[in-house]
Amino acid sequence: MDRRFFLRGAMAVGCSAAAHPLTTTMTFASGDPGLGENRLVVIILRGAMDGLDVVQPLGDRAFAGYRPTLGVDTGALALDGYFAMNRHLGGWKGLWDKGELGFVHAVSTPYRDKRSHFDGQDLLEAGTGTDVAPGQMTDGWLNRMLQAVPGLRAETAYAVGRDPLPVLDGKAWVRNWSPDLRMDLSPQSRLLLEAIYHDDDLFRDAAFEALDMVEEAAMRRTQASEAARAMAGADPAMSGMAMEDGMSMVSGMDPGMAGDAAGAEQRARRLADIDRMVDFAAEKLRAETRIAAFSLAGWDTHRAQSGGIQPALARLQRMILRLHERLGPEVWGKTAVLAVTEFGRTVAENGTGGTDHGTGGAMVTAGGALRGGRVMGRWPGLAEADLYDRRDLMPTSDVRAWAAWTMRGLYGFDRSVLERSVFPGLDMGEDPGLVL
Amino acid sequence: MSGQVRIAAFRFGFGLPLPAGGAHEPAAIAAALKGPDLAAGRWPGEGLADLLPLHQAANAARAGAVKSDDAQKFYRGLLAKVDRAHIHGLRVMMARAVGSPDGFRERLVWFWRDHFSTLARVRPDRLFNVALVEDAIRPHLAGRFADLLTAATLSPAMLIYLDQVRSVGPTSPFGQRRKQGLNENLARELLELHSLGVGGAYSQTDVRELAELLTGLTTHPSLGTVFRANRAEPGAETVLGQSYDGPGMAPILQALQDIADHPDTARHICRKLAVHFVSDTPDPGLVADLQQVWSRTGGDLAEVCSALVAHPAAWTPQMEKARQPFDYIAAALRALGFGGDEVMAMDDAAIRRHVQAPLLAMGQPFVGPPGPDGWPEEIGAWITPRGMSARIRWAMNAPTALRPDLPDPREFAVTTLGDLAGGRIGWAVARAESRSDGVGLVLASPEFNRR
Repeated sequence: MDRRFFLRGAMAVGCSAAAHPLTTTMTFASGDPGLGENRLVVIILRGAMDGLDVVQPLGDRAFAGYRPTLGVDTGALALDGYFAMNRHLGGWKGLWDKGELGFVHAVSTPYRDKRSHFDGQDLLEAGTGTDVAPGQMTDGWLNRMLQAVPGLRAETAYAVGRDPLPVLDGKAWVRNWSPDLRMDLSPQSRLLLEAIYHDDDLFRDAAFEALDMVEEAAMRRTQASEAARAMAGADPAMSGMAMEDGMSMVSGMDPGMAGDAAGAEQRARRLADIDRMVDFAAEKLRAETRIAAFSLAGWDTHRAQSGGIQPALARLQRMILRLHERLGPEVWGKTAVLAVTEFGRTVAENGTGGTDHGTGGAMVTAGGALRGGRVMGRWPGLAEADLYDRRDLMPTSDVRAWAAWTMRGLYGFDRSVLERSVFPGLDMGEDPGLVL
Repeated sequence: MSGQVRIAAFRFGFGLPLPAGGAHEPAAIAAALKGPDLAAGRWPGEGLADLLPLHQAANAARAGAVKSDDAQKFYRGLLAKVDRAHIHGLRVMMARAVGSPDGFRERLVWFWRDHFSTLARVRPDRLFNVALVEDAIRPHLAGRFADLLTAATLSPAMLIYLDQVRSVGPTSPFGQRRKQGLNENLARELLELHSLGVGGAYSQTDVRELAELLTGLTTHPSLGTVFRANRAEPGAETVLGQSYDGPGMAPILQALQDIADHPDTARHICRKLAVHFVSDTPDPGLVADLQQVWSRTGGDLAEVCSALVAHPAAWTPQMEKARQPFDYIAAALRALGFGGDEVMAMDDAAIRRHVQAPLLAMGQPFVGPPGPDGWPEEIGAWITPRGMSARIRWAMNAPTALRPDLPDPREFAVTTLGDLAGGRIGWAVARAESRSDGVGLVLASPEFNRR
């Protein structure tokens, strides 16, 4: 048993055992992980990913008319004769061909009309319907799923990265990790800090985890430098990949951006950041962790979208490819990845080569546990009468239903748990056969 | 020291000890706000007129930077100047926050900077963020909200960030010739974030019509904001039931005035002020009283803010909010004995090391917020594992680097925390192994981090 957990558990019992029912020493000491062997990874795509640019309906005759620059000669990769994948996502072709990556089109949350990113993300992560005001529900659907499982361990779920992940917020115990932590404290200072935070629940929980994270980061730094010495040099395959990505990032940007070497450096740093986050998560998922969540921003492409969407696509592509690589075939085979966004974007291109806030969008599915290699969901068509509000892609399915069927397939939850506790008020409808 | 002085300093300013002449009674705080902006004179910053030439040069060099190595090098040289001006903007804001006896004004500068959040997509545009604070926010934060809204909306930083510079009337001469059209971004955020609020009484049609009305507004490299009639969508537009028509900027200015005067705007901003200064779940009576002052005075911000500090519900003893990272560092520097002049004397390296980099680590990078909705308000968004690890790191390391002659931690606790210096924190400070650890404990404590 980990001594730090014991310490935290012992202190928490005295103060707010109700707030964290899993922080007792007993829970950590006994029992198998209650979720079995399957893994679920959720990626929140912030800023409203343009589903119509990611999975382009080239078979729909109206498409090119709406999008004179974004829908014509796009260089997209044919998927099934009707839909084609954005040209910046070529790295996914292998997974698609193996049936390990797919898309759901014309999907949305129940959020409508105001098209606010912030309310849209609140609803996406709360997993509620429009009967609950945005911001009212204080926990996220992924956390409520954990709350429905007895006997989870502290390592069961991780929120990875610097951004808040409300989808994992809530009563069930979730750990956080972000790639840049550094602190050296004397043992006495640490004890005194623990004492001054003892009576303040909020500070105690945040600071104790901060202290734990810092110790873990220090340990990993030591391990990493030992490993680096042992290997005596970088993996040539990996550095090749980094180079290729770095190059493709520059092409497609406007010339000023490409000339902005600082911008290119920043984009390369962000990809390296993705690698660090994924590597950490993959290591945990190969061990006791079953749930991980990430956040990827940068999808709000109001202008010059053709190049502007590329950095966000590069990060998403990298995240999934690296996860596939680092999990290894066995664990990848038991993994489901869902990448979801708050809403789609206007069917028509706007006046500045971009798109504005819309309604129906797309989600990405990946992992060996899911049936991919296809574009799922009912396609509503793009004729003006078929659009929502005569401007947006009409949603034909609820993003929550796909998530609910994934959870049911992976972990065997009752429909009633999913429709009442995890996604209150959801009608899951028929099984779309997403989980293998 | 009384609890009242400490609450005033923490909640409406940048903490203890108060600078000489610092106000702590509601009437005195209000009087300072209604008086002249003394801090801007004492620690002067750079506005648009100062920064435009550098912006113009950097922007021109950026366009040519792909042509040769020399051009690239020339551009990099200008970028270094941009970075220095940006850092200086941070230095000046920090100096005023740390040194000004009129701390409430400085807190309001941050409130409105956050309300009108902008980010620069390319580095030269960071200069405009600095100018937005100096030219749009400071001169108007104690005036009428309509004037503040107008100044912020028309500032180059906003027009660029929310894509207004790209938005063109589709049937305007320019739009027809260049086959360009509308971009709704600024119109939407103006209604959703800057005025009525997302719960406000506006529709998608209002967003669209306002976007059409705003066409023509754009920026010019050496002039800043300009109106180009050949980009403006011809004809009348109806926003929130009002029809606007006519040449030039006049209809846009009238619409901004009407949007500022909308009752939903008063509700949205009054609540936001109460949330920012007092509590994530503010007393409904406080918000209602502020709204009343707003409607009685036509959105006079000095009166609304004075009503806030005079309201009994704003003086609850519970410290429910967290100091955001900028407030945290400002309050810590002040506690360590820095005044505005000492902050102005910090060189670029010191500002980067002790202010800019820690702000990023604590989750509030000076380049800007995560999006147009600004920084989160909830205490739980700041007091996170990552945020706390950065605050603890600053508390334990920066004081020694900044002040070789650290004070006795027990005295430091009293001058910094006032009536909260006893109890557990006093017990812990007395047991610290070193002066720097003791000072660090005070700055890492919940008492110091709440406000």
